[in-house]
This record gives sequence, C-alpha cells and structure tokens, in this order.
Amino acid sequence: MEKFVRLEGLVAPLDRNNVDTDAIIPKQFLKSIQRSGFGPNAFDEWRYMDVGQPGQDCAQRPKNPNFVLNQPRYQGAEILLTRANFGCGSSREHAPWALLDFGFRAIVAESFADIFFNNCFKNGVLPITLPAAEIAALFQQVEATPGYKLVVDLPAQAVIRPDGHGIPFAIDAFRKECLLNGWDDIGLTLRHADKIRAFEDKRRAEQPWLFAQ
Amino acid sequence: MAQTLYDKLWQSHVVHQEDDGTALLYIDRHLVHEVTSPQAFEGLKIADRKPWRISSIVATADHNTPTDHWDEGIKDPVSRQQVETLDANIRSVGALAYFPFRDPKQGIVHVVGPENGATLPGMTVVCGDSHTSTHGAFACLAHGIGTSEVEHVLATQCLLQKKSKTMLIAVDGKLGKGVTAKDLALFIIAAIGTAGGTGYAIEFAGSAIRALSMEGRMTLCNMAIEGGARMGFVAVDETTINYLKGRPFSPTGENWDKAVAYWRTLHSDPDARFDRTLSLRAEDIRPQVSWGTSPEMVVAIDGQVPDPAKEANPVRREGMERALHYMGLNPSTPMQKIAIDKVFIGSCTNSRIEDLRAAAAVLKGRHIAANVKLALAVPGSGPVKRQAEAEGLDKVFVAAGFEWREPGCSMCLAINADRLEPGERCASTSNRNFEGRQGAGGRTHLLSPAMAAAAAVAGRFADVREIL
Repeated sequence: MEKFVRLEGLVAPLDRNNVDTDAIIPKQFLKSIQRSGFGPNAFDEWRYMDVGQPGQDCAQRPKNPNFVLNQPRYQGAEILLTRANFGCGSSREHAPWALLDFGFRAIVAESFADIFFNNCFKNGVLPITLPAAEIAALFQQVEATPGYKLVVDLPAQAVIRPDGHGIPFAIDAFRKECLLNGWDDIGLTLRHADKIRAFEDKRRAEQPWLFAQ
Repeated sequence: MAQTLYDKLWQSHVVHQEDDGTALLYIDRHLVHEVTSPQAFEGLKIADRKPWRISSIVATADHNTPTDHWDEGIKDPVSRQQVETLDANIRSVGALAYFPFRDPKQGIVHVVGPENGATLPGMTVVCGDSHTSTHGAFACLAHGIGTSEVEHVLATQCLLQKKSKTMLIAVDGKLGKGVTAKDLALFIIAAIGTAGGTGYAIEFAGSAIRALSMEGRMTLCNMAIEGGARMGFVAVDETTINYLKGRPFSPTGENWDKAVAYWRTLHSDPDARFDRTLSLRAEDIRPQVSWGTSPEMVVAIDGQVPDPAKEANPVRREGMERALHYMGLNPSTPMQKIAIDKVFIGSCTNSRIEDLRAAAAVLKGRHIAANVKLALAVPGSGPVKRQAEAEGLDKVFVAAGFEWREPGCSMCLAINADRLEPGERCASTSNRNFEGRQGAGGRTHLLSPAMAAAAAVAGRFADVREIL
C-alpha cells in the first residue's frame, strides 16, 4: 500500500447525498479479476452517454458534459468533496479501487458508509469526515474558485483551506499509523500468529462443532 | 455487568486488542463467491501465503451464473472466466464445502450457508458481500467485508475491527395479514434512513420478531445494511434451534446438546443498555413499496409518490427530484396507479421457500397482466428449487405466466443476462433500488414476494391485502 502523509490537491465537488457503490463502479465491471484498471469506468453511468461494457476504449465514448467530473476545471482532481453517506450499498472494494485509479487519494464528506470507509484504508485512500457546516462552506468555496486546492495533513489531522483555515478531523490511531507507514495489515496481524493459534486451539476444545471438517 | 448480544459475540472472538480499541477478531466461517475473491486469492499467491484454516471456507458461484439453459454453460466469456477462476482457486486451496455452477446444492451464498447448517449461532461469519448481515438471524456476528479483508481472513483467520455502537429495534404486536418481514425491513429503513444504522450493530427484538420464521428473520437482517448497519441480529430461541436440527453441518449427538446449551445464552441480558433504542408497533406497518432510488424512499401501498416541494432541506429536495426524474414519476401519483413492465421474485433477501410459497399463494388461479413483459421466479438454491417443485409451486408460477428459473443472484444486481432495459419498471423482491442496479436505466421498486405477485397480476402496484 502507498503511504499517505500530506497531500495538496485539486478538489472536485460531487454535490449529492447517498452516492452508492453501484454508482461509483457499476456491476458489469466487477467481472474483472484484476485490482487495477477501474478508473476509466468510475461513475460510468453518470460520466458517459452510452452504456459501458468491460474492455471498451473509454476515450472513444461520448461523455456527459453535465457531469461535474467531466468539466475541464476539475481534471486532475485528487480530492473528492461530497455530502452524506458516501459509498453506501455493496461491499465491493472495486469502489475505492476505481476512485484511486481515477486519481483520488482523499475523500472529504459529511459521512461515509461503514464498509466503504473501511475499504478505503486498505488502499491508501483517506476518507475524512467533517461537520456539515464545514462541508457546506467547502462546497461554496470550491464552486466559486477555479483551481481550488486543499491540503490534507495526516500527521496534524487537519484539512487546510487556501485561506489558511484549518479543519481538524478524527482518525483511529491504528489506522493513522498504517496509512503513514503504508503498512500491510496481513503482515501486522501475522505478528500475532501465536496468539491466533492459541485462541483457535482453545475454541476447538470448547466448541468442537465449529470446526467440522 | 449486563451485556448485549453484540457484546457477547464480540467478547468471545477477541484474540488481541490494540491500545486504541482496534481488535483482532477470530473468524469462524468464511463464505466465498466468485466476484470479490479472485484478487484475494491472487494476493495470497503473490505473497506466498497459505490459507490459515481451509475448513472455515464455504464457497459457491452465484452472481455470474445464468438462470436458464444450464446445459449451454456460461456464454459471457468475462463471467465465465470469473467463475472458472473460483473453481481453480478452490481446487488448489480446498474448502469445507464448495457448490460450483450446476451443482445440485449451488445457490446464493446467503441461502446456501444457513440451509447447510454452515451458519451456526455464536459464529463470526464474513463474506465479501454486504448482505452477509443475513446470517445475523442466527445470532451470528456477521457482516460484509472488502476483498483486502477477504485476503486478510484467508491468511490470518482474523479481522481487524473497531467495536460498533448498539441499537435495539423492538417490534411488538402482530403483523397484519399480507404484511411480511420485507415490509417490516422497508418500514424500518424509511424510519431510520439509509445512514441511520451507520456505525451501529442492530439487534431486532420484540414479539413480532419472535413470531417470524428463520426465513423472515434472514430477510430482515439481510436488509440491515440498507439501513446503514453492517450487522443486524436476532437472539436464539426455539425457532432458531428447530431450524438447525439435522442440517448437514449442524452438530450431532453430544455436541448438539452442548451447542444448544451454549446457543441459549445468545441473547441480550434483560437490563443490557443500548446506545440507541427504537420501538415500533407491528400493527402500524402496512405493505410497503419503494418509489425512488434509495431504499429509504419508501411508502405504504395506499400512499402516494411524495412531493419534493414539501421537503425543506435543499440537498434532500434535489435528491428527491433527481430520483423522481430517474424513476419517471410525478409527485403525488398514487402508488397503485403505477404500471410495471417486469417482475422479479428472488435474491438473497427473498428467494427462500417461504417467499416462494407467499408469492404462489397470490398467483394460484391467477395470471400476470398483459402489460407485464417478463416475470421471473428465481429460487435461492438448488434445495429451495427442489422443495418448491415437490410442493408444486413451480407449476403455479408457470401457469400464472412466470418463468421458473435456476438458482442464483439473477436480476438483483443483473451481473448475468437477467436485467432491465433502459426505462423498464420492475416490481422486485431484491434489496437495492439504486440507479442502474438492475440494468442501466432500469427502474426498481422494492417490495415483498406477495406484493410482487399482486403487482404481476394487476400489472401495476396493488394492495395484496385486498387479494388474499
């Protein structure tokens, strides 16, 4: 996993509540057995005028000029600003894979769905929850200011606006450490292999029916 | 100290805890399907890691599998590759049980687990699928995970977790005629909102829940995720124990007695405290239908499409307007005036034997309306299909003009050939009405199997209570 420490990036606004994972990456693209290559199909049904199929050359497809991420001013955006309950719906990790492949390293929202939120951390994407009033102010600023950038400072746990206003955010200490160091969860967990084995042995002795072969 | 069911399930699985409360939880059952596992198996191989405990794995192919012409195999090469990748991975790694495409016991992973007794009370159950909450019906700590976590569980038999808050939803009284667990689920989601359960584990309790069959409890827990909660569960009672007796992987003999004694402890203590409590009266719940593009956009069948002009919050109002535009509906239209094009009875929410019986009871001696282009009945698994056929339900569906299909996820997410065309309107017993969920441009209305059958007959949404 790539480390996440500090990011200064262009912000793209997606002004909707309840953006679901079916919208982030539609089901036909889940048939892939790869982890990468989902970026061109991120938000496929909103982004293109036709119905997308796996394996197409998306550069040739008609784009929806009204979809915000197609606007020239938001090309190259690395921070997605959105509203409440972002990432609701399915557990597909293809959603953060698609957002990362599209170029987003951080998502700033009023709230996130649990499974999506968790999946982001496994891929070096930082989901940041901010109060509704801060989100509303950010939307106003982004829309009024072409080239609007934010700084995300993970060690300081703050989002810093161009006017210098810093907005603190919360993050679990363990998740923060993992992101800052780009640690692989599995490697960390396997440090406790002896504990896992001991737990398992005890469980097998006490509840053998859980260990049917 | 008095404990909730969630506290008990959590505590009994903690292997290790970090200072910030992040815990390593032991995983008893790992359900695997073809869509979210290939990258996990590949990751394992690249890192040269072996699966920790093969006997925890129960696998099946369900999302990509066709529901007709099984003799012709899987025509879509991309779907076929994914299913063949699962075949190859399970062949090389092993599993407690594998129900591949065309196996007599193949089916939707959340139907297959419980019917085989592979889901037992007190277990932690995970799967790369958000509807894993279904298994909470058996007092399991069960939730969906992403593919990185699938790999983590394969490699370590554990998951890194933070403890959720707890919510008690108590439903007392008696559900009326024609009102089912699905109506209850939709009613609850409309009440709390699709983010209402975010950060919570929900326990469903009360006399109306106790009166539900295991099938009904699975429907309810299945939809917990649509209310934002990764987990929903119901305490163990006689209904749970009776359901599990004699299932292929259920314990037997002395182990059965020991297991049952333990299972009977799997309930919240009488004075346990919850972070949030919601009390509902079963008598207040009427058959429900969704009108929009989020599972919280729901009204009773005698209601109307809501009017965004009456919504004060501008972001919400815009969301309603967008939903109405996508759904091709006008504000204040009575739900019973809305005509449908297709009907889908199936999915991990509503494809079990009780669901098929409820739909068949409405369809018996009736026929789908002329404007209904396609009506699908898709059983949740091979055993469900054979049970339905033994009861003659397949003949009722076919005589009514339905197609009787092979088991699978089918038109719930339309990853296989079963899907809506742009603009088509579907009465669906599935769980999500998101834009494009059942096919690009398709319009999904969520309802119960009995209500879907009533809509099929009327050609528009209809109140099943007037038919029964």
